[in-house]
Amino acid sequence: MSAVGEVLRRTWAMTRKDVTVELRARERVNAMLFFAALVLFIFNFALGPDREKLREVAPGLLWLAFLFTGILGLGRSFQAERENDCFEELLLTPGDRESIYFGKLAGNVLFMVMAEALILPLFGILYNLDIWAQLPGLALVALLGTVGFSTIGTLLAAMTAHLRAREVMLPLLLFPLTVPVILGSVRATEAILSGSGLGEVGHWLKLLAGFDIIFLVVCPLAFEFVLEE
Amino acid sequence: MERVARIAPSIGAAAAVILAVGLYLGLVAAPPDAVMGELQRIMYLHVPSIVTAYLAFTVVFCASMLYLWKRDLRFDAVAVSSAEIGVVFTGITLATGSIWGKPTWGVWWTWDARLTLTAILFTIYVGYLMLRAFAEDPRAAARYGAVLAIIGFLDIPLNHFAVYWWRTLHQPSSLLRAGGPSVARAMLVPLLVNMLGLMLLYAYFLVRRVQLERVRHRILEGRLRRGRRG
Repeated sequence: MSAVGEVLRRTWAMTRKDVTVELRARERVNAMLFFAALVLFIFNFALGPDREKLREVAPGLLWLAFLFTGILGLGRSFQAERENDCFEELLLTPGDRESIYFGKLAGNVLFMVMAEALILPLFGILYNLDIWAQLPGLALVALLGTVGFSTIGTLLAAMTAHLRAREVMLPLLLFPLTVPVILGSVRATEAILSGSGLGEVGHWLKLLAGFDIIFLVVCPLAFEFVLEE
Repeated sequence: MERVARIAPSIGAAAAVILAVGLYLGLVAAPPDAVMGELQRIMYLHVPSIVTAYLAFTVVFCASMLYLWKRDLRFDAVAVSSAEIGVVFTGITLATGSIWGKPTWGVWWTWDARLTLTAILFTIYVGYLMLRAFAEDPRAAARYGAVLAIIGFLDIPLNHFAVYWWRTLHQPSSLLRAGGPSVARAMLVPLLVNMLGLMLLYAYFLVRRVQLERVRHRILEGRLRRGRRG
């Protein structure tokens, strides 16, 4: 118990640090929220005002907005440490590295969920979709998908932070690896929006949950090798 | 390593001979397919290529695990070399599949499960090679590459489920299935011979590419040492 409690305490310290920095500087969340609104706006020009057509592609659009916004936030998740030359200090954090990983992950999920909480209602209003009746199901899928996307995303963000061309490399590596998340989330959202219950999307939810569990175990282990200097 | 390098020419020669026999059996001796006719002969290259690509990516995974465990750059040289060859064989699979698909299905590309899965595999390992190209320090490249290779390999079964639930159109695998292969013996023999040939070719490429990578490491290390002194 005490070992788990210790990891949780350190994780919380890391998350709180990132959230505090974010609250003071507001670099990441503001950009994410504005970008999210912009994406919804741009989709309209790409697809035209045809309501029926929009309804058909809505689940995919919704997730594109989520993921593009999410990757914007992930790309910044180690920026503060890199720009201020604080990676060594990060490594000096007492305890296992996995607390750093879980702390960063929790922050990334939190920021992405905040963006989604704005995108979802805005999407419903702009594209005239009734999301309110399906909200619990949609929220569940969004959470599972977001966690899955962020598990590998946080790991790769730490990795690409040291590279040349890091802004390009993160999406190039992350999107192919998260195809199961993207596919599962979009299909489940599609089914839920068309009115089927959670029972009918059970296999997709299981896939998302399986993905989350596997990479919640593997990524913290791999993280140790990424941070090593 | 030196010992393996010494037998490399024999591996290459064996690959050439076996591939020549396999291609003759497949392209000339084997009967044309009852439905698809001569067209189906592309299978003798298509199927062995993807099997060899999966072999190559399995080697990448094992070599990456070994690198993280032992921290010997020789394992990393094997991983990056095998990944490069695997990408080439995946590319051949996609190209021959397209050429086969156009007359059979009427389209160059369709979002069928197996095609999609192969394309995802291709993108994952092209990303792996790009990641390595962008990392400056060879040890950092090796660590990042190893981590990515392990994540990527674990991702394959998940991709498999996702994509199969999504859609399926491809003819089911004729080789790996319950109750034994469904291919007639006259077709199975050239298929297996070609598979052996391509795997030997892969082994030959691998040895040669690992040699190159070792030379590259030595040059980089020399440069780093000189830089430090100067």
